[in-house]
Amino acid sequence: MAPGFKETIVGKSVLRKEGPEKVLGQSRYIDDIEMPEMWHGATVRTRIAHGRVKSITFPSHIPWDEFVVVTAADIPFENYIAHILKDHPCLVDKEIRHPEEPVVLLAHPDKQRLRAAVDAVEIEYEKLTGVFTIEDSERMDPVIWGADNTFKSYLMEKGDVDSVWADAAYIIEGEYRTGAQEQLYIENNGVIAEFSETDGVTVWGSMQCPYYVHHAMMDLFHLPEDKVRIVQVETGGAFGGKEDYPSVLSAHAALLARKAKRPIKMVYDRMEDLAATTKRHPSRTRHKTAVSKDGKLLGGEIEFAIDGGAYATLSAVVLSRGTIHAPGPYFWPAIRVKAKAMATNCPPHGAFRGFGAPQSIFALERHMDHIAKVVGLTPEELRRRNFIKTGQTTATGQTLQDKIDMNEILDQALTEADYHAKRKQFAKENPASAVKRGMGFACFFHGAGFTGSGERYLASIVGLEATAEGKLRVLVSSTEFGQGTNTILSQVAAEALRVEYDDVIVQRPDTNKVPNSGPTVASRTAMVVGKLVHSAALGMIKTLTESGLLREGYTREEFLAACAAHLQKHGALKVLSQYEAPPNIFWDDQTYRGDAYPAYAWAVYVAEAAVDTTTYFSEVKNFVAVQEVGRVLNPVLAKGQIEGGVAQGIGYAIYEKVIWKDGVMANNQMTNYIMATSADVPQIHVHFVEAPFEYGAYGAKGIGELPMDGPAPAILNAIEEATGIAFNECPLMPEDVFEAMTKTAHTEEQPVVTEPAFTGVGPR
Amino acid sequence: MAISFVVNGEKKTVDVPPMSRLLDVLRDDLHLTGTKEGCGEGECGSCSVLMNGELVNSCLVPALQAEGATICTIEGMSKNGEMSPIQKKFLECGAAQCGICTPGMVLAAHHLLQKYPSPTMEQIREGLAGNLCRCTGYQRIFEAVAECGKEQSELIATSGAK
Repeated sequence: MAPGFKETIVGKSVLRKEGPEKVLGQSRYIDDIEMPEMWHGATVRTRIAHGRVKSITFPSHIPWDEFVVVTAADIPFENYIAHILKDHPCLVDKEIRHPEEPVVLLAHPDKQRLRAAVDAVEIEYEKLTGVFTIEDSERMDPVIWGADNTFKSYLMEKGDVDSVWADAAYIIEGEYRTGAQEQLYIENNGVIAEFSETDGVTVWGSMQCPYYVHHAMMDLFHLPEDKVRIVQVETGGAFGGKEDYPSVLSAHAALLARKAKRPIKMVYDRMEDLAATTKRHPSRTRHKTAVSKDGKLLGGEIEFAIDGGAYATLSAVVLSRGTIHAPGPYFWPAIRVKAKAMATNCPPHGAFRGFGAPQSIFALERHMDHIAKVVGLTPEELRRRNFIKTGQTTATGQTLQDKIDMNEILDQALTEADYHAKRKQFAKENPASAVKRGMGFACFFHGAGFTGSGERYLASIVGLEATAEGKLRVLVSSTEFGQGTNTILSQVAAEALRVEYDDVIVQRPDTNKVPNSGPTVASRTAMVVGKLVHSAALGMIKTLTESGLLREGYTREEFLAACAAHLQKHGALKVLSQYEAPPNIFWDDQTYRGDAYPAYAWAVYVAEAAVDTTTYFSEVKNFVAVQEVGRVLNPVLAKGQIEGGVAQGIGYAIYEKVIWKDGVMANNQMTNYIMATSADVPQIHVHFVEAPFEYGAYGAKGIGELPMDGPAPAILNAIEEATGIAFNECPLMPEDVFEAMTKTAHTEEQPVVTEPAFTGVGPR
Repeated sequence: MAISFVVNGEKKTVDVPPMSRLLDVLRDDLHLTGTKEGCGEGECGSCSVLMNGELVNSCLVPALQAEGATICTIEGMSKNGEMSPIQKKFLECGAAQCGICTPGMVLAAHHLLQKYPSPTMEQIREGLAGNLCRCTGYQRIFEAVAECGKEQSELIATSGAK
């Protein structure tokens, strides 16, 4: 237990709640579930990126009367999937806006025959010119969405940016890009849906947000709340990839179930999941920064653009988080961030751990290394001169309340990584070695909970009830998909009630049984939902105390006896608790000013990288992750979150490349979309600094997304140190290294240090 | 065609097309759903089972090839719902997060520990490289396997898989 905390369950590495079933192989995921009379569903998809459907032909060699066939004509009301806007069709009617767009749904009892039928359906197209990059989209040739291909734009401004350039000793520019990244949960998307005229729609599925699907089904079938039931079954990884897409898949399965009058299972195979479902938004960030002679940031202009794909889905909120995180953990006297999410004819991009922040932080932390080089400071010293401090104002004008000292975190991270000694050693050894090694790091923060007024709008509710079996049951729609939701919420409840961890159970998320505690996204579960579980527990104690069933200073046995007595007398003991924003937290959606997040997690990640100049292959040899995340509720689970995020970040940096061909993912197989294996990850050293946050559960802040933000810039910073080449795009593949190195080798004997774009007249 | 083999100590005969995937035979015909499909092309290892003591991707094995074989799936790793030492270590070390790769990973770990009762870190990294995990970054899994090797190598022989 960390010093100064007196809790007995929180802060302990209790065993994962649903862990025994998982290690025994007994957990039932969606594809493990069969239902009587159930058929399988499959999707016929478009092969072009942009155009119109001219005709659909069902060739006569397939006995179509054995199949259930659904097209847009079978949609009972409006043809859209409810996300933020209503622009995303459930099925293509005429207009095609991306490859792999669903046109026809088929169901059949036999999976093999279903496959053959999907392949047999012929679609005749009228092709139109497509838009495939941010630049294509900006040129508006053609316009494919709205008036100007822009889903959303933001302007975030602090101070007088226009006045900073005149006094700057340096004006430093740079452009940085990040590619798409697949969530690559090992369990593909899947659901089972049932439809009945009397009971409405029921969906069981692999998902993060049961109430998002609930909303989508109510809209699609015009059903009242109580005629839609959504149940999350054991979910084999999600990472954001099961935030919005399950609404699409559930709509398809439910449409088939309605027509087939039987349960329909739709489980994608890997190729379909990779090709058709969401990925991390590709991005382009342009920095222009005014810096004083002694390396102080005077002001900056950041243009942040993301590729949203063909429909708006969640792009506006991804853009928002990316925008707010773009200035990083530094104090900017003046800054302007212009951000936009652009439409392209690619499948819609969506949520992925970090949600826009990994993109803008990659740009900033590569740019900081460039600035350091131009100004003539070490990467470390430049950052030390500019870290934001408690009490200073952020880019949104928020006065920073977090008790944070980034210098301390940086000190610890560099010490743990043996940064200074290794830097010297590599500088000495590299000239004579075919393997070039380097040290790099990134400093960053990540806001916990929904951005701005998001949590107020959500107004999440959690419940806690006593069961007839003598257990305390947590009622939340917050889902477990590996992060540890079940475990930490049980710890919080047990701690607050002063009972044992094993006395607490968690209801499987089922919209018929649990209140809406909000979606399981945005690093909000521990901080926001955990705090609500805590207050529900206090409410339960109060109820029992006031009814005279419980004394102060009660024992666990007395508490359980009081619950039983209350149950006997009243039939039920259930307490609900609803979100209230911490005091003095305000946000203005119009001006984009105010308290963007109630609290932030802070981190410094250090990477040791090696580039083999014979194979051009890059590797991460060692990794140190130091972070301040408020109170750590469960050290083993928390470490697991950081390590898993770092491994995904390593993939983002040097392994995971989505190859696009006219909007199609060309490498939609695990054979050629490569994630890190056990042989590829280095040892990841994780350290926590704990500064409890008053309004989070037992001081917890968010932890889930943070580790995705830092690895890519840290690794590319290390690779620049190793090779002298500034790579400003991730993922960095061996062919990119080859191209850069052979280009320099052709022109000069020595590798050339690519200077960052630099304008202005130098120090003055 | 009728194919007979021993699964988790029990003799089974199934009537399936000879080129059916062993994965589907286990899941659909024998209802052993602990074996998972992740990619269907032998890359992720979620469908790993032991066939005649060797770790195989059951999505790549035609049923025909299993004729006469001895197969162990995750269901055969425990006895009467009691976790094997490897499964206990996975739980204690936090080696299972979402749990979908866990059955295959447990079998890969078992296979590795049979081969190297006290594996080095390099042997662990190499030995598990055919099983992908997207949640953990592998560190907790390494720890679980290393601890098994350190403390319980003598128990592995009795952990259920024969």
